[in-house]
Amino acid sequence: MRNVAYLLAAGGMLAVSLAACGGSGGTSSGSPASSFNAAVNGVVNVSTKTGGIVKYANSGDWDDMDPGDTYYAYTWNFDRLFARTLVTFGDTPQTATTLVPDLATNLGTPSKDLKTWTYTLRPGVKFEDGTPVTSKDVKYAVERSMDSTTFPNGPTYFAQVLDAKGYAGPYKDKTPLKAIDTPNDSTIVFHLAAPFAEFDYLAMLPDTAPVPQAKDTGANYKSHVISTGPYMFQGNYTPGKDFTLVKNPNWSQSTDSVRHQYADQIQVQINAAAPDIDNRLLAGTLGVDITGSGVLPATQAKILLDSKLKQYTDDALTTRLWMSAISPTVAPFDNIHCRKAVEYATDKTAMQTAFGGQLGGDIATTLLPPSIPGYTKFDDYPVGPAGHGDLTMAKQELTACGKPNGFTTTIIARAERPKEVAAALAWQQGLAQIGIKTDIKKFPQGDYFKLYAGNKAAVKKNGYGLMMYGWGADWNDGYGDLSQIVDPRAIHGVGDTNLGVTDPAVSALIDKALQTTDTSARNTIWGQVDKMVMDEAIYVPFLNAKGLYYRPPNLKNVWVNPAFNGQYDYLSISAN
Amino acid sequence: MVAFIIRRLFAAVLLVLVIAFVTYAIFFLVPQVAGLTPYDLAARYVGKTANPATIHARMVKLHLNQPFIVQYFDFIRDLVFGAHYDAGAEQSYCPPPCFGYSFVYQTPVWPQLASRIPVTLELAAGASVLWLVGGVTIGVISALRRGRPVDRVSMGIALAGVSLPVFFTAILSQSQIRDRFQIFTGAGGQWVPMHTDPMQWLSNMILPWLTLAFLQAALYARLTRAGMLETMGEDYIRTARAKGLPERTVIARHALRATMVPIITIFGLDLGTLLGGAVLTETAWTLPGLGQYAILSIGDNDLPAVLGVVMVGAIFIVVANLVVDVLYAVADPRVRLAG
Repeated sequence: MRNVAYLLAAGGMLAVSLAACGGSGGTSSGSPASSFNAAVNGVVNVSTKTGGIVKYANSGDWDDMDPGDTYYAYTWNFDRLFARTLVTFGDTPQTATTLVPDLATNLGTPSKDLKTWTYTLRPGVKFEDGTPVTSKDVKYAVERSMDSTTFPNGPTYFAQVLDAKGYAGPYKDKTPLKAIDTPNDSTIVFHLAAPFAEFDYLAMLPDTAPVPQAKDTGANYKSHVISTGPYMFQGNYTPGKDFTLVKNPNWSQSTDSVRHQYADQIQVQINAAAPDIDNRLLAGTLGVDITGSGVLPATQAKILLDSKLKQYTDDALTTRLWMSAISPTVAPFDNIHCRKAVEYATDKTAMQTAFGGQLGGDIATTLLPPSIPGYTKFDDYPVGPAGHGDLTMAKQELTACGKPNGFTTTIIARAERPKEVAAALAWQQGLAQIGIKTDIKKFPQGDYFKLYAGNKAAVKKNGYGLMMYGWGADWNDGYGDLSQIVDPRAIHGVGDTNLGVTDPAVSALIDKALQTTDTSARNTIWGQVDKMVMDEAIYVPFLNAKGLYYRPPNLKNVWVNPAFNGQYDYLSISAN
Repeated sequence: MVAFIIRRLFAAVLLVLVIAFVTYAIFFLVPQVAGLTPYDLAARYVGKTANPATIHARMVKLHLNQPFIVQYFDFIRDLVFGAHYDAGAEQSYCPPPCFGYSFVYQTPVWPQLASRIPVTLELAAGASVLWLVGGVTIGVISALRRGRPVDRVSMGIALAGVSLPVFFTAILSQSQIRDRFQIFTGAGGQWVPMHTDPMQWLSNMILPWLTLAFLQAALYARLTRAGMLETMGEDYIRTARAKGLPERTVIARHALRATMVPIITIFGLDLGTLLGGAVLTETAWTLPGLGQYAILSIGDNDLPAVLGVVMVGAIFIVVANLVVDVLYAVADPRVRLAG
């Protein structure tokens, strides 16, 4: 028996020593020199060499491979490889957030009242089967994306903005959609219900990627999206299964100013084990973690202790804001002073620590992140120099609210998000300092907005006074960031992302911005919207998120794209 | 014998129907008992931008507002005859056995399951050969060398195998074998079917086979060792030796044969369970099999998919039990007379 014990002890030591040796196996000595944040400040490993395979891995799966039915920053970033849209973003770090024409020859031409927008298509753009792309294909793509029953995942901006109330999409509604005209094969005209100065951003959405009606199979179209970009699907795509993109022979560089066709293939692995994604990135056998959420905390610790690894990382600022919501429909938060007491008592430093400290992000005081035009620095509810809360002000507000000794309420958070739950705990401890006792309840993230935080009736009935929340801009602009979380018209009762702002003055200010053609003046208004909402103490912004990304040394043309939530630019990346 | 098989077959079908009812009730009745309304259930089948009208339409479309028993019979009807689903521009046909429609993937569940069964079969087949051959061989050697260093080392490794969970051995082999020594670098990477690229497929499969087999082989080694030690003390073994039979014949034909009867029984049941999805192995190695599908479906609250994978797993286990019962009856006539 003693011999067996020796044997086990020896085996255990061997395993531990082997694990300890696993540190930086992936960094080859011949790797080119690099530096921390090099891809934040420019393009790393610039190369125009062709060939090779770029390997991506996804710890989840697309919400839908159909460009008309997808709503993640990484899918919008990646889908550009096979789906061209009327407008897109620039292809350099300097022009990353600037809109440039893609299928169109120019940005949209608006009418004077900003209710009609016209685009002219470039000649020579073809589908992967060689058929020319026409304006009717773009119109059909937008029409079908408005069928929220068949395509329930995508954004609903076109349904909200076009003068097409009640239109149910081309499958159910056989009446042609009058809100979009195609006077000829190269012209498309959008008619809006109200002035909308930022319509070019909508023309950037994947919904405008053309779909040939003859090839449309509705919800099954995702099995083979007909490409207009430099890459196309090899065979068919099956949800939940890996896929490969190969070169599209009918794509022409002469018609495309932002894309290239350097790599031979792009391979994407679906539902990969998240820790193994990091292992393979460090080993150099994987190129990119496609979700762009950064490495896991365990990998982060490993990287930061090893300067050889750290030189291949970027700590990029994203447009994601971690915040919490205070529900004004749940007593005592129907009294603004009780909400303000929570704002002042919040320990933002502890909540930042829950998200990984300074590498996880910078402490936030506004809804607009600094990377979005219109951001104005202000702090309605300072939480003290150390960020642990201003207890004097918090107690004053509690007294004004009529609850000088505090009260009891509930915090809700998403169970599958350990950082969010840790931040909820930090928030709980901060609030306890002024006598606000909280009970933390955790719910599945898949149901979080439909059945809990975003369900108006459930919030009121169950007394969910405080709700953990996070939001990333749809695009880098005031409307793309704020409209869905502050416009009272975005409240439907179920699946809401506006968790309590009901002031009609906010809607009026948003409408004013949308009627303002001057970009600078418009951005100023977005700053005012931010201030107006923060004055109501509905939201508690606490962190402008950062993500620590690892780029294997053999990856070429790597740069952080702020237009896509600080992820690497997937159009540019090529392989060794 | 025929009557025995018919009896067992009838019992198996009945069991599958009971499992179907219980499983369906767990996923569609229990949540309502716990307070969720049909509207809440329907909300799980729509996208994040859905409005109340869309959710209501989905509730009606899925018959979630119908009495539970009506929903259950609709489910059984679709299971037997298949069903059509509206995909917008066309109708999606879900052939029998149609377990329902996944509104997460926007596809019928059965084709998803069917495409994953081969991966799980390949994993189970390779690993089971390894663990059966490896485990029994080690068990026999260990029994024959009882108390000697070979026995102690073998049983020490077996103890480690039983004790170390698959996710640990998987991570260890990923870190050391694949990433450090760059052997079988395809493991955990993009899945390639065997017919597309056999070498890449092997690179995908060998380490998952080994990690799964290591756990099971350890169990089988211990079982074989115990069985062999018991059998080797039997009178008929002594008689065989007394007859002058070579030791190799005594071990292979008399001792091992008797030991293998319970081993094969357990093997059949283990294989049946495994075919329902090797959850940990498939998840750790990113193999797109039934086990990974089960985990993903649970995470997504994709109830038709969970229901489908539970049913397929149950059917594999019921069939494995049936096969074991029949083999038992063949080996021992008393079983079929009693049963």
